[in-house]
Amino acid sequence: MSKTAEQTPTEEMEHPVSPYLRMDRIPHIWCPTCGIGTVVRCYADALEHTGVDLDKLVIVSGIGCTGRVAGYMKLDAFHTTHGRAIPFATGLKLGRSELLVTVFSGDGDLVGIGGNHFIHAARRNIDMLVILVNNFIYGMTGGQNAPTTPTTARTSTMPFGNFERPFNLPHLAESCGATYVARWTSLHVRRLTKSFREAIDRKGFRFVEVISPCATLYARLNKLGTGFNLMRFYHDNAVIDHNADTRDLDINFQDKIICGKFVDKERPTYSEMMHEHYRKTLGDKFVPTPEEGGMIRDTEEKPVSKGKKPAKSRKSKASVSKSGKK
Amino acid sequence: MKTDPSGVLTGQHYLDGDHACGEGAMAAGCRFVAGYPITPSTEVVERISRRFPMMGGTFIQMEDEMASMAAIIGASWTGTKSMTVTSGPGFSLMMENIGLAAMMETPCVVVNVQRGGPSTGLPTMVGQSDMMQARWGSHGDYEIIALSPQSPQEAFDLMIDAFNLSEMYRVPVMFMTDECVGHMTEKVVIPKAEDIEIVPRKLTEKPPDKFWPYVTDKSMIPEFARAGDGYRFHTTGLTHNERGYPVMSAECQQECVTRLVDKIRHNAEDIIRFEEEDIDGADVVLVTYGITARVARRGIDIARRKGIKVGVIRLIVVWPFPERHIRELAPKIKAFVVPEINYGQIVLEVERCAAGQTRAVLVPHMGGSVHNPADIADAILEAAK
Repeated sequence: MSKTAEQTPTEEMEHPVSPYLRMDRIPHIWCPTCGIGTVVRCYADALEHTGVDLDKLVIVSGIGCTGRVAGYMKLDAFHTTHGRAIPFATGLKLGRSELLVTVFSGDGDLVGIGGNHFIHAARRNIDMLVILVNNFIYGMTGGQNAPTTPTTARTSTMPFGNFERPFNLPHLAESCGATYVARWTSLHVRRLTKSFREAIDRKGFRFVEVISPCATLYARLNKLGTGFNLMRFYHDNAVIDHNADTRDLDINFQDKIICGKFVDKERPTYSEMMHEHYRKTLGDKFVPTPEEGGMIRDTEEKPVSKGKKPAKSRKSKASVSKSGKK
Repeated sequence: MKTDPSGVLTGQHYLDGDHACGEGAMAAGCRFVAGYPITPSTEVVERISRRFPMMGGTFIQMEDEMASMAAIIGASWTGTKSMTVTSGPGFSLMMENIGLAAMMETPCVVVNVQRGGPSTGLPTMVGQSDMMQARWGSHGDYEIIALSPQSPQEAFDLMIDAFNLSEMYRVPVMFMTDECVGHMTEKVVIPKAEDIEIVPRKLTEKPPDKFWPYVTDKSMIPEFARAGDGYRFHTTGLTHNERGYPVMSAECQQECVTRLVDKIRHNAEDIIRFEEEDIDGADVVLVTYGITARVARRGIDIARRKGIKVGVIRLIVVWPFPERHIRELAPKIKAFVVPEINYGQIVLEVERCAAGQTRAVLVPHMGGSVHNPADIADAILEAAK
């Protein structure tokens, strides 16, 4: 296939988290002063400090600016359809329970088109970390109104100001059953990294919302200045309150943003509930899906009668086609 | 390889088509099913949810069909054979991620127990009107494989083929059964596990640093790496290159889409399956599939008693379509007759393949019941004139 995407690796100066990134895909597509890159950096730092087995870590994104994150992480990475990252990740986790699953996507993707999946995965307590970068707007498509757009903020589809009420995401996540809920801004790099580290080590449906500047659309449409001005705004208006009641975490236009870790509790995951229930009801008859997955392996190595083209011939030629064109 | 015996209920059974379909999936090695309840398909997952805990399978009832389809793609990337089950309205919702499965080249099986449509249509009654949707329902160019069983026994047997084909060609396979087969109870013989051949996932043997997920050879089927085996691959629904990296260019689109389509088109002769009967010297050839193939028997008998030489082509694999066969047969006969429980879908394909060399006569029926065999007989008699 085409090789036009390949970049010359810039290896003169190694970035501290480059082992976690697909450096052959850098530069990324995000705008100057966008906060997503910062969130990715914090996540990569957290991975380094938690020492998780990266071979077992999968990252799943949907569509949108943050939906591109999976494409830059050097992990088993899935860039899926709009809104469906969470159910896709559910299949990965239930198919092979030893996997550690991170869903990394945006507000429009996860709680707009994917809102139903979000609440059900939280309700079931599917074991996954969901990182939601909230820039208050649909960035990739040009600044349309989001389910997170603060009331009165202008967007390209609410040119006279948004009259809808946005989601309070920590409250939504907590009320649906999330075991870990935190909110930070992309200015809070140390606290955000610490939250990622904690959340990676926990079990169940873990949710971290990161408020992040979109200078190109949100700030421009609302005459809020540059990305730097937004970071300044976070600096002046973010209030850390770990004990806040999640019901009080609405974000109003250009008003204070309450940050912190609001929920950190244990609750049996979907798989734990299923296993415990089946053990109780079915006893010895219950056979759980193996941790390494439900793949049926060929134990006796016989030729496959159905396969007209044996796998062997395929393998020997594959390396040829890789070096040249097909 | 031989299948895992834990999923095989060897013996003679009295099963409806939905239960037989579920048994076929389990016998084929399916160990992950995500679904959402919808009549008339629900019995398939009811059967599976009762049996899966005893064979290491996982069933999850998702919040909707979009989620079900997404979940089976995710599970398939762990190497687990995966399936979802639905009917018309749910099939529509699955189209989004059927496209993703085609684009990511994810083996999986989608069962559609067809009912009358459009929209909510006839939830409890038969239809065959999703045949074109099975082929073209998701946006963009892609090819899939579709099978259509005519009996509970075939619902079992063809399920194994469906899983095998999905593994061989790395495509979503559409299992296009219908309410009538689904709810018809007949004898189903389930063979011993050692007599069931299944195609295992073909995992790459390359080391991770030598592996790109969409490198192919002449077979056009890339090797597979499972999530969690250390390959750290990337895959996307975007147009992508051999590395699985997005490339937004006409050149990459040309290569990516051409291969997705050609891996089926170029192997079509190997995939196509149909039964034929009394073709030599036939005046009229019936092209039929699914439950209608059985209803047509009566119509054929009536026409034959009136002296018409009637041949039959019963499609088992509907997509890809036996284009060459229809084209070669067309000049030798007076007409093709195509009864189907819709207002003309497969007949369009027959007509296209006949390419003006002979007529293709539709025997339409909008659904809610099978055809009246007399209508099929009348169409044959008329076509033979």
